[in-house]
Amino acid sequence: MKNRVLMQGNEACVEGAIKAGMRFFAGYPITPSTEIAEQSAVRLPQVGGHFIQMEDEIASMAAIIGASAVGTKSMTATSGPGFSLKQENIGYACMTEIPCVIVDVQRSGPSTGLPTSPSQSDVMQARWGTHGDHSIIAISPSSVQECYHLAIRAFNLAEKYRTPVIFLMDEIVGHLREGIEIDDDENIEIIERKMKQRPDTLHLPYHVCEGEDVPRFHLTGYDIRYNITGLAHGADGFPTNNNEIAGQLVTRLMQKIEHNVDDIVQVEEKYCDDAETVIVCYGGTTRCVMSAVEELRAKGKKVGYFRPITIWPFPEKQLKALSEKVKNIIVAEHNYGQILLEVQRIVKNCKIGFVGKVDGTVIMPKEIVKAVEEVK
Amino acid sequence: MASELITKYMREEHLPHIWCPGCGHGILMRDVAQAVKNLGIDQEKVCLVSGIGCASRAAGYMDFQTMHTTHGRAIAFATGVKMARPDLEVIVIAGDGDCAAIGGNHLIHAARRNIGITVIVFNNDIYGMTGGQYSPTTPTGEFGTTAPYGNIDRPFDIAVLAAAAGASYVAKGTAYHATQTIKLIENGIKHKGFALIDCAGICATYYGRKNKKGSAVDMMKFQRDNTITVEQAKSLPREEREGKFILGKLVENDFPEFTDEYQKIIDRLKEGK
Ligand SMILES: Cc1ncc(C[n+]2csc(CCOP(=O)(O)OP(=O)(O)O)c2C)c(N)n1
Ligand code: SF4
Ligand SMILES: [Mg+2]
Repeated sequence: MKNRVLMQGNEACVEGAIKAGMRFFAGYPITPSTEIAEQSAVRLPQVGGHFIQMEDEIASMAAIIGASAVGTKSMTATSGPGFSLKQENIGYACMTEIPCVIVDVQRSGPSTGLPTSPSQSDVMQARWGTHGDHSIIAISPSSVQECYHLAIRAFNLAEKYRTPVIFLMDEIVGHLREGIEIDDDENIEIIERKMKQRPDTLHLPYHVCEGEDVPRFHLTGYDIRYNITGLAHGADGFPTNNNEIAGQLVTRLMQKIEHNVDDIVQVEEKYCDDAETVIVCYGGTTRCVMSAVEELRAKGKKVGYFRPITIWPFPEKQLKALSEKVKNIIVAEHNYGQILLEVQRIVKNCKIGFVGKVDGTVIMPKEIVKAVEEVK
Repeated sequence: MASELITKYMREEHLPHIWCPGCGHGILMRDVAQAVKNLGIDQEKVCLVSGIGCASRAAGYMDFQTMHTTHGRAIAFATGVKMARPDLEVIVIAGDGDCAAIGGNHLIHAARRNIGITVIVFNNDIYGMTGGQYSPTTPTGEFGTTAPYGNIDRPFDIAVLAAAAGASYVAKGTAYHATQTIKLIENGIKHKGFALIDCAGICATYYGRKNKKGSAVDMMKFQRDNTITVEQAKSLPREEREGKFILGKLVENDFPEFTDEYQKIIDRLKEGK
């Protein structure tokens, strides 16, 4: 059975998170993400979970890692300035492989910027915001429905790969209200932590089984006493200065995502089969692009769009394959050209155009139409 | 044979520790172990969270559930642990820089909430790990590698700060006065709300050397000869208190504990009220 409800993107994200099993939220108010904290404050105690408003975003990030380390699925939500503050501890979650979900409802920057205006200018911060080589997963919803379903997926991927997952929303989807369908439980896959089975590995929190990329869990706070550290560590979880072990750790942290891109990456392609021009877009921008593409198709233009749902790891293989069939690629995003850089790196044989905005206004369909009509 | 304090409460395979000979952190770590032992708490039930610094390295040596986190943030991590698992005895070990400089905001807000965490400050008045820079507790006029002409900052009294912020149990211990300090830590752990025990440590390597305080032993003797109790401190004029180590309990209050209060909300909602 499906249940149809009217919801805001930010609220749908909370409902999806709770469906996925979120039972702890720590946050600090910031537009345009605040409704996520407010809704979590209402909903969590209703399901026996906990909400806390921390003193800042650094503390919020720390608190969700602490809660997750002892077994509670946890999330925080913020926007640009707060996302910057979270970065050091996001790196800690990468290094210690503690699953968690960080929602960034993007707004115009840099700095305080235009606090209530849409933007997608944190895409590169989502990838490389914390210091050091690390892998990350980032997912970008483009509708309220997706805020719900992809929030569930964000938790699932966090648990499966023991990694922070960035739920990269933007003001457009965060504040949008739409009717959405909420499925019954049986239609939804919820992934739980994969627990250790082999007794000989129980005392080694970061032991990785043969043929696997991710260490299985045995939770802190239960019968076996573990150490967790952001220092380089071996399978036993204790600090080491051994260069070989440190190198192996960072390599595995990268490879656990690289090896599983096919499982992690999702894209949407529309009207791409016969397209001469394809627009690359994601998140809220997709809605402007969809409208432009329909208009152009009605005029007989061979145009389609390609939408990375998973932003990081970037759907390199899919875009490369598509670029071999089309003539032109236009990147549309609400920033000065961030995903454009990825596209330029991957696509070698098409003309690449760009429609971007950094003034806090929304890209209008007519601007996309114009860009498509102008490609020669 | 090593004492049970070591065989049971320390991770022997990770000893010897990295601390300098004579460092006060080793003594204070032992005090924490002794306090837990005296209380008879299961080791599995203790979650020890630390930040970054020499003091914070204690987490790797003590045989509890241990999390060695980021500089200054231990109390914030511990807040998440405590909310998710109120049944755990959550203890934070922090250096003075960790706790009162970079982590000062988390300290005052955890104290204000009165969340059931016990913070034990290994307070050596210096940034040990990074090589002797002045900290928020370095007295005015003293020297550090970043105070080559004498420190012009005014220091914090971490205990007084925590008390003012609302901590419901606050005490001061010293590395020298182990027996009393163990008891104060024990009472802090037993205490239901936010507890802080500010323990005067010893860093002969940097603080001692920069300020011509002699060897670790000399610094210990100085601590012994210059400590007064909380009660004595109350009756002394301000000038005579200056430069003294203070020992004893400053505050003990029966304020509502944060996770208890949250549980009441959950229960109320469950009953449909
Ligand atoms: C964000 C961040 N800033 C700075 C440092 C460098 N750092 C490591 S330990 C430390 C100070 C430690 O002093 P304290 O907390 O007093 O502990 P002690 O070493 O004296 O025991 C600093 C500044 C760091 N690790 N992380
Ligand atoms: S530098 Fe100071 S605080 Fe650090 S281990 Fe040495 S004596 Fe202890
Ligand atoms: Mg110090």
